[in-house]
Amino acid sequence: MEVTLTDVEPGRRPATIPGLGRPLRAEEMVISMGPQHPSTHGVLRLELVVDGEIVVDVIPHIGYLHRCFEKHCEHMSNYQQVIPYADRMDYVAAMSNEFGYVVAMEKMLKIQVPERVEYIRVIMAEFSRIISHLIAIGTYGLDIGAFTPFLYCMRDREHVLDIIEETCGARLLYNYMWIGGLSHDVKPSFQKQVSEFCTYFRPKIKELNDLLSYNKIFIERTANVGVLPGDVAINYGASGPVLRGSGVKWDLRKNDPYSIYDRFSFDIPVGQGLKGKVGDCWDRYMVRVHEMEQSTNIIEQAVAQLPEGDVQSAIPKRIRPEAGEIYVRTETPKGDLGYYIVSDGTASPFRIKVRPPCFINLSALPAMCRGAMIADVVAILGSIDIVLGEVDR
Amino acid sequence: MIAQELHDLLKTTFGEAILEAKIDGVFDPFVTVAPDRIADVARFLRDDDRTQFDSLMCLSGVDLTKGNLAVVYHLHSTKRNHKFVLKAVVPAANPRVQSVASVWRMADWNEREAYDMYGIIFDGHPDLRRILMPDDWEGFPLRKDYQVPEFYNGMKVPY
Repeated sequence: MEVTLTDVEPGRRPATIPGLGRPLRAEEMVISMGPQHPSTHGVLRLELVVDGEIVVDVIPHIGYLHRCFEKHCEHMSNYQQVIPYADRMDYVAAMSNEFGYVVAMEKMLKIQVPERVEYIRVIMAEFSRIISHLIAIGTYGLDIGAFTPFLYCMRDREHVLDIIEETCGARLLYNYMWIGGLSHDVKPSFQKQVSEFCTYFRPKIKELNDLLSYNKIFIERTANVGVLPGDVAINYGASGPVLRGSGVKWDLRKNDPYSIYDRFSFDIPVGQGLKGKVGDCWDRYMVRVHEMEQSTNIIEQAVAQLPEGDVQSAIPKRIRPEAGEIYVRTETPKGDLGYYIVSDGTASPFRIKVRPPCFINLSALPAMCRGAMIADVVAILGSIDIVLGEVDR
Repeated sequence: MIAQELHDLLKTTFGEAILEAKIDGVFDPFVTVAPDRIADVARFLRDDDRTQFDSLMCLSGVDLTKGNLAVVYHLHSTKRNHKFVLKAVVPAANPRVQSVASVWRMADWNEREAYDMYGIIFDGHPDLRRILMPDDWEGFPLRKDYQVPEFYNGMKVPY
C-alpha cells in the first residue's frame, strides 16, 4: 500500500494512501491534522479522508513520542527501576501507573503489604483520577471553545497537587509507590488536609456542571456526536470512561477488585443518553464528572479509616521473582491498564508488556468519526481523553 | 468456566490443534494453540455460549529465545466473568500466525505492534504496517538478538 511516484501523475493527487485499504474516490480529499495541532493533546497525526465537510475515514498515525518503554524495561538491572519509567507513560495520572505495576509485582512475589500502605495507595490513586479527569474536562472545554472551565479545573487540580507534593516531594512524576510499600509516609496533617479538600471540592463539581456540563452550546457540540455502541466498544477493547459512556457498567474496581477497593461503597456512573444517544461525547464527558464525585466519596471513606503502621516494613531487600508470568490489570483514569510481566528467574525483567488504555481507546476513533463533520473530530478526540505519552510509550 | 473445563472443551473441539496446556501452578492458566488454527479457536471461544469471550484484554509478542517467538492472547468474558490465556509459538525464522483482528477489533493495533516489534506476520490482518516505529525502520527492536543500527537516515542512533 506504499505510495510510489508512479502512482501520482503530475498535478494529480495519489490514488491510494496507506491504511485506507481502497483507492481514493474522485470526490474525496485527504486532510492532514497534526502532528502539531492544538486539539490532538500532543503529537498525534490524523489523516482525514473527507467528502466535502463529512469525514469518510480517519487514519491515525502514532509513534511520534515512542521511547521504547518495553525495551528499556528489559535492560533494567532490577524490577524497582521500572517504576519511574511507568510514571512517564500517563504523565497526568502517574500514581495510577505505579499502582498497576506494584500490584502486579506484589502478586508475583506474593507480598502482603501493610494495611496503611493499601489505604494511602487508594487515596493517591483516587487523587490521580480526580486530577486526570480535571485535565480531561478542562482541555475538552478548551477544544470546544470554552476557555473559563479550564482555569477553574486547573485551580482545583492545584489543591490536589499541593497535598501530593507535601507527601512525596513531587508534583507530576512521583516514584512514590514502591514494590511492597511507599517511598514516604504521609505527613501528620495529611488526614486534615484531605478532609478539607473533599469539603472544598464537592461544591466545585456543581459549579462545573452549571458552567460547562449543562451549557446549551456545549451540549449542542457534544450530544449525538461520535456515538459508540456498547457492543462495538467491547469488541474494540475500549475501557474506562469510553466504555462506561457507552452504557456498559464495567469497572475493575467493582468487577475484578484489586487492592482494597471491595471495602468502599461507591457507584459506577454509566452513560444514559440524557442529552442524545447512549455513547455520545456528552455521555463520555459526564461519566468523568460523576467519577470525580465517586472518587471523592472513596477518598473520604479511606481517610476516615486510615490505620497506623510502618509503610516500609514489607519492602523486599532483593527482588527476584520465580520464573513465570503474570497479567494484572487495574482501573486507571483512562481505562484498564494491564501489565504482562514475564520473569526468567533473574533480577531483571525478561519481558514487560503494557496494555495501555489510551492506545486501545484511540484505535476506536475511526469507528466513532465516520460520518461526522470535521469539527466533530476535535470533539470526539477530546472525549476519548488520550495522553500521547501512554499511546506511544 | 474454570481453566480445566475450558481446556477439555477446546481439546474435544479442536483436538490436534491444541498443543500444550499448563493449568496448575501458574498465575494464569494457558493453552498453546497451533498458529495456523488460532483464529478458528478464537472465533469459537468468542461465539460459543459456554465461553463467550467477548473481550481480548491484551495481545503481546514475546521473544522466547532459542529461535522461537510467541504471541500471547489474554481473553476475558464480560458476560461470564472468566479469563483464559492462549499462546501461539512460531519459529523466529518464519513467524506466521493467523490474525484475530476479524474476531476482536482490539487485536488490530496490537497485532501491528507485535509485527512492529517482533516481525511476526499476521495472516489475514487488514492493514499490517509498522505502528510505533518509523515506516522505514530496519529490524525488529524487541527481539533479543536485535542490533541497534548505527545510523537511521543519516542520523546517529546510539547516543
